[in-house]
Formats: sequence, structure tokens, C-alpha cells
Amino acid sequence: MAKYLLLKHYRGAPASVNDVPMEQWTPEEITAHVQYMQDFADRLEGTGEFVDSQALSPEGTFVRHDGQGRPPVTDGPFAETKDLIAGWMVIDVESYERALELAGELSAAPGAGGKPIHEWLEVRPFMSASPTVTE
Amino acid sequence: MDEALLRELTPTVIGVLVRRGVDFATAEDAVQDALVEAVRVWPHDPPHNPQGWLVTVAWRKFLDTVRADTFRQQREVRVENEPAPGPGEAVDDTLQMYFLCAHPSLTPASAAALTLRAVGGLTTRQIAQAYLVPEATMAQRISRAKRTISGVRFDRPGDISTVLRVLYLVFNEGYSGDIDLASEAIRLTRQLAGRTNHEEVLGLLALMLLHHARRPARTDSNGRLVPLAEQNRRLWDTHMIAEGVGVLQRALARDRLGEFQAQAAVAALHADARTAEETDWVQIVEWYDELVQITDSPVARLNRTVAVCQTDGPRAGLAALAELDPCLPRHTAVAAYLHECDGDLVTASRLYAEAARSAPNLSERDHLTRQAARINTRLRG
Repeated sequence: MAKYLLLKHYRGAPASVNDVPMEQWTPEEITAHVQYMQDFADRLEGTGEFVDSQALSPEGTFVRHDGQGRPPVTDGPFAETKDLIAGWMVIDVESYERALELAGELSAAPGAGGKPIHEWLEVRPFMSASPTVTE
Repeated sequence: MDEALLRELTPTVIGVLVRRGVDFATAEDAVQDALVEAVRVWPHDPPHNPQGWLVTVAWRKFLDTVRADTFRQQREVRVENEPAPGPGEAVDDTLQMYFLCAHPSLTPASAAALTLRAVGGLTTRQIAQAYLVPEATMAQRISRAKRTISGVRFDRPGDISTVLRVLYLVFNEGYSGDIDLASEAIRLTRQLAGRTNHEEVLGLLALMLLHHARRPARTDSNGRLVPLAEQNRRLWDTHMIAEGVGVLQRALARDRLGEFQAQAAVAALHADARTAEETDWVQIVEWYDELVQITDSPVARLNRTVAVCQTDGPRAGLAALAELDPCLPRHTAVAAYLHECDGDLVTASRLYAEAARSAPNLSERDHLTRQAARINTRLRG
């Protein structure tokens, strides 16, 4: 089995096919969308492939060390950063093909008009643990 | 409280219940419940006959389930009293459990999880921790696996080679988390070797022991990967190496060579050298030739090029490498090493950096990055 991160972007990914901002959906469409995501996660738990799912708030701040005994420096939040992560799902699956298949399904979550969003999700493999036999 | 004994008895007790007519999935659940009870009761009230105790409690758990189901379904209780023990075992229940849990209809990962639970006696939580997934996910993976094999006859002999592949997979998963899967794989393979008379089981056991013996030297105190040639050989576990070599000799004496024996032979030759310089590379190349003949595995061919570099020089190694598919995992890392041996440091550094970018895990990536950095420092100096 191998773990993959399915990454959802607020910004930075190519535009979805059904590209309407969520605040312009009807409340029912939002409910249907949230339900789809929940059902998807439940189903993956049932198949033994679910690891984790989290959403992030869009506001982020950059932080860095500023020397011993001094408070860290912060910068931002930046409204114009090119790439913005909305959230992720971590899955543990038999193959890369299965990861793509699941990402495809997740991308078909319903959006405006009840039609699939066809949004672009980024699929990133996890670095695995070191195998016992390497040489 | 003897947890080792408890886990050793797990497959036997499941076997007893299955022999009494309980289906495997239900029997397995009942025995897990009995194990939990044992962990609670045994410390202050150790049983005289641990196996008998587990069978009795597991049987009671099974009856509870049947009663609950029956109550729900308004059916009659079919099974009431504990039956007399059946006739002597015609086949080894524990061995059958290995075959069942590694059944070819299961995916390798499901087979590994099921083996760890039903043969290894680990809890779902422990297995989930070892594989870094939530307990609920692992529970579902195991119960799906149990459903997949629900129609499989328990009394038919299985395929030993699928069992060995599953055990090797568990071994190679390494040791993340609290459960040391490598040690667990060794325990299960050792138990299997005691119940079968198969040279490849011995071959796999030898291979595991010989690799496991070098584990303390394989990473330094900072968790860095230490390549074989640079390992501190005083850290190798010489008792384990001696055991591995002994097991391998017993296997080879049967004169029926297989892939695990050939791999173990390579590992034994490495383990046998007091210094990297003393390594008998000529014999290692011969064993790789055997391995390639048996498996036709591209990975074996790739490893062979490194051995060829030692016996016939880097050019010969590079020539052997040129015949292999460059898309093979670790092909670039091997190419980097061979070019370095050949004195082409610029190419070597470039290839190490490239290999680092496609490394499948962090310790390999860091190791390859350091190799590139080491050469770049030399080139600048």
C-alpha cells in the first residue's frame, strides 16, 4: 500500500469546468456538496483506504525566527499569493492508478446547478518509510 | 503475563474453533475477544492450561455472538453446549491459517494485515499503528479480507510461495511505530519453518536473519542511512548472523535452489566479510547469476551490476547497466555509483542529485543528496 495526498487548491490549480464560486451556489447545492465529501470519506473508510481529511482556512501567515530571545517575525497574510491550499485528503491505496481513480471521483463532487465541479486536484505520493532490505 | 505465548496460541485456537464448524471470520473475532479477556485476567489469575483457557473463552464468546444474532433474528439456538474435542488433528491448524490468510484472492496488503491478526495475534490497533492508518480503516481492511476468503475451504493445502511473499512484505515494511514488523515477520517465519519442510521457508528465514542482524549498523545515531561498505561491522549481531548462515546451509543442503536462498546467500557473503575489502565479490556475482536465472528479476540484474563493478571494474558494471531499463527504481543511483567508481565525478554528482529527486523515502533521498554534496565539495576543493 502507498499513501497519497489529494490536494485541493483555492488558487494555483487550473480552473474547474464548473467554475462558480461557492457563495453563489444555493444552500441546497452546498449541502449536497458537503454530503458528497462526507460520503466519499465514509466509503473509503469502508474499503480500508481512508487515512485523514482536513480543510484549511484560507488566511495564512508567514513566520520566521528572528534571533535568540526575540519574538518571531511575521509577514502577511497575503491576499495575492499564487498558490493557496484549501484542504486535503490522505488515502492509503494499492496503486497509483487507484489514487488517480479516487482523485477523479472526488473531483466530481457536485457544485453549482448540482453539476460536477470537475475541479483539478493535485495527487502527491508520500515519501515511504525506509524498507528493511535496501542493499 | 506471557504475551508471546498468547500470540503464539492465536492461530491454533482459531483453528480449533474452525474445526468445530465455526466459520473463519466469526472464529477469528471470537478469539480476538478472548485475547482481550486474557490480557485482563491472566496477570492476576494465570491459567494452568493457557490453550484450554483460550479455547473455552473463545467458544463462550462465539456462543454469545450466536445467541445475540439468534435473538435478533428470532431463530433457535443451534449450538448450545461445547462439543467434545474432535478426533486428532489430521492437518496442522496453524499452518492452514498461514495459507488461508495469504490466500491468492487477497491483495498483498490485505493478506499482510490479516496474517498479522489471525496468525500473529496482534490487535487491529497495533496493526493500524504499524501501518500508520486509523484503526477504523484497518478494521475495515481486515474485515473485507475476511469476507473475501469466506468461501475458501480450510482443509486444503495452500501455496507456500504466496505465504512467503506476504511474510517478506511484512518484513520489508520495517519498523515504524511501536510494533517492530521486521521482528514479527521473523517470528512468524521461524514458526512456519518449524511446521514445514520447505527449503524456501528456510531461505527466507535466513535472509531475514542476515538482514536483521545488520540493522543496528544500517543507520547512525542521527538516523542517517549508512551504506554497507561504511557500516561499523562490530555492531552486527554475530549470533543472529551465525543462526542465519546455519539455516541457509540446511536449506542449501536440500539442493533445491530458490530465490530466497539465493538472496540469503548474497547476504551471507556480505555478513561473512570482516571488512568491506574482504567481501567475496566473485561468489556474489555467481549468486546474482543464479538469482537472475531463477527470477529473471530486473532488480537482481541491477544489483548484479554493482557486484560486477567490484570484480571486473566500473566499465564492466556500466556495460551491464547499459542493458537495463533506465526506468527501473534506483537505476540512476546505481549509475551514479558506477560513474563515481569510474572516476567521472561530474556525471556521478549530477546523477546522485537526480536520483535524490526521485528517491522513494526520506533516508534514501538524504543519503543520495549527501553523496552529491560530497562529490561537489571534492570538485570545488
